[in-house]
Amino acid sequence: MIYREAGQFKTTYGADQAIFPIVQDRVIVALAVLAAFLVPPLVANEYWLQAVLIPFLIYALAAIGLNLLTGYAGQLSLGTGGFMAVGAYAAFKLTTAFPQVNIIAVFLLSGLIAAGVGLLFGIPSLRIKGFYLAVATLAAQFFLIWLFNKVPWFVNYASSGTITAPNRTVLGVIVTGPNATAPMRYLVALALVAAGALVAKNLVRGRIGRSWMAIRDRDIAAEIIGVRPLKTKLLAFSISSFYCGVAGAELVFLFLGSAETAAFDINQSFLVLFMVIIGGLGSILGSFLGAAFIVLTPIFLTNVPHAVGLSLPVALMKQIELMVFGGLILFFLIVEPHGLARLWQIGKEKLRLWPFPH
Amino acid sequence: MTEILYAVAVAPFKDMVGSPAFLGEVLIGGIFAGLMYSLVALGFVLIFKASGVFNFAQGVMVLFAALTLVGLLERGVPVVAALVLTTVVMVALAFAIERVVLRPLVNQEHIILFMATIGLNFFLEGFGEMVWGANVKKLDIGLPDKSFMVAGMQVNQLELSAAVTAAVLVAVLAVFFQRTRIGRALRAVADDHEAALSIGIPLKTIWIVVWSVAGLVAIVAGIMWGAKSGVQFSLSLIALKSLPVLILGGFTSIPGAIVGGLIIGVGEKLGEVYWGPLVGGAIENWFAYVVALVFLLFRPQGLFGEKIIERV
Repeated sequence: MIYREAGQFKTTYGADQAIFPIVQDRVIVALAVLAAFLVPPLVANEYWLQAVLIPFLIYALAAIGLNLLTGYAGQLSLGTGGFMAVGAYAAFKLTTAFPQVNIIAVFLLSGLIAAGVGLLFGIPSLRIKGFYLAVATLAAQFFLIWLFNKVPWFVNYASSGTITAPNRTVLGVIVTGPNATAPMRYLVALALVAAGALVAKNLVRGRIGRSWMAIRDRDIAAEIIGVRPLKTKLLAFSISSFYCGVAGAELVFLFLGSAETAAFDINQSFLVLFMVIIGGLGSILGSFLGAAFIVLTPIFLTNVPHAVGLSLPVALMKQIELMVFGGLILFFLIVEPHGLARLWQIGKEKLRLWPFPH
Repeated sequence: MTEILYAVAVAPFKDMVGSPAFLGEVLIGGIFAGLMYSLVALGFVLIFKASGVFNFAQGVMVLFAALTLVGLLERGVPVVAALVLTTVVMVALAFAIERVVLRPLVNQEHIILFMATIGLNFFLEGFGEMVWGANVKKLDIGLPDKSFMVAGMQVNQLELSAAVTAAVLVAVLAVFFQRTRIGRALRAVADDHEAALSIGIPLKTIWIVVWSVAGLVAIVAGIMWGAKSGVQFSLSLIALKSLPVLILGGFTSIPGAIVGGLIIGVGEKLGEVYWGPLVGGAIENWFAYVVALVFLLFRPQGLFGEKIIERV
């Protein structure tokens, strides 16, 4: 009733192939983006912005990046944490060396550097496939973290070994560093993730995305019909690493404020992979849903016992949290192995028919 | 430039030739460390072979087995009884995993099953620590732990027993796989799920058997690692260390797990001792992966893995 495309005729191919061919979708998405830009900075308090919304946006960007690689191009990677670290350390080096450069440009440049590193570690994917590749990408994870730990140049010889986000402004407003307000950081993260999602959505609809999916579905067949595996796979690795790099830079500059390499360890890689799989492989929307799920679940689990008036020892809480988290992942995989995005799709199909199912 | 070249390509070898006893000690240390990795890698191989599941939870299964064993021992259960009880727990775990996780996910893509085992990983970690406590424990079931000298080289009894155990375990598994009825059924399932089903091999039973055997291997690995470095959370991280062993040997080969373990163990120790200082040390975290990666570039299926035949 509400959600029906009857009567919406397309008269050009362009209109037929638009990102959101249905009017309702366009309206909903436009409203959602508008609301995301306007409502939280005005309404949400510091805690919500800092603990929930900002990490959600940053992880969503990283999840989009990994989804391009794993969900669309079919290359399983466990090196996400390492690529995010490259972005973070590159951003730190760039902005301390060239303080006058706009911080957004710094983010994008560090994304490019991460893309270069991703390209390098993507080379084995030409010979190695499947789980062998996944384990091989762990080499990237461990090597990069070790490198940032060992070479003091990356932290500007700080004895603490941490990188700290300095104060930087965009159009005269402080957006990073200790003096930046949460709403400003939120807006920057939102703008970047919105732009990133738009680009990603268009990438996967076009020639590049199609060649990725061809490689994913049957790589030899794809090669025979003229998709170049070398170019396609390396492109997937570098674009994915670009997203992860920007997300890593944001993680330090907009969320944590300062970080050590421990912030980018193997758990980070798994976390992002969880988001991609719980959200839905091969779905941009799924990346957002997965990120929301993974960011919100621990917060929810920590707060529920307080809310119902239970006070448990901290260690026990932590263990129960782990159990419930693992259990939920199993539950979601069993109920819907194709992720939350698939649930959303089913819901949409139902809505089209509602309330007259015949 | 020549100095760097010298330090990388000449000096380490000179050191090796210079003191063969030390080199021998390093090699032996590497072999034992490698066998310990192999023990964990074996569990991976068993499950991957029979069900195509890349069981990330193997490391936590090792931790869980060790925690259970230590927990029982602490409560005054005699060693033998504790071992039997731990075995029962691991078999029960295999049943539970088959029923709750694997059966609903039959025919799903590999990556989904892989993620499920990571979920399992979290669950077991929380569960094990909740039941048995999270502090570091000493596991002592009476394994000898003294060092003695052979031809001027130090050899540790514990490491020696680990080596013997690994050898016995592989022999037993080989006989089990080659000679017994269940073993033959397992190989049939590994070869082709559907064909095995069609000739009447019960897939569910086979999976339970495989996960139980992997659980038993986890107990052995848990005892060895627990005796070596105490039972603690970091035990579950050895899964990460045994992954390069796995890809080097091939996901589907039991001898591969052992040989891969030896190569990684020795390579890691040699790299750490002779080349590590050049780059500031602590390279053992990634060195094994790089070794494995280089091997993989030449043999994408690992040393002993089944040859990958691809058709369109």
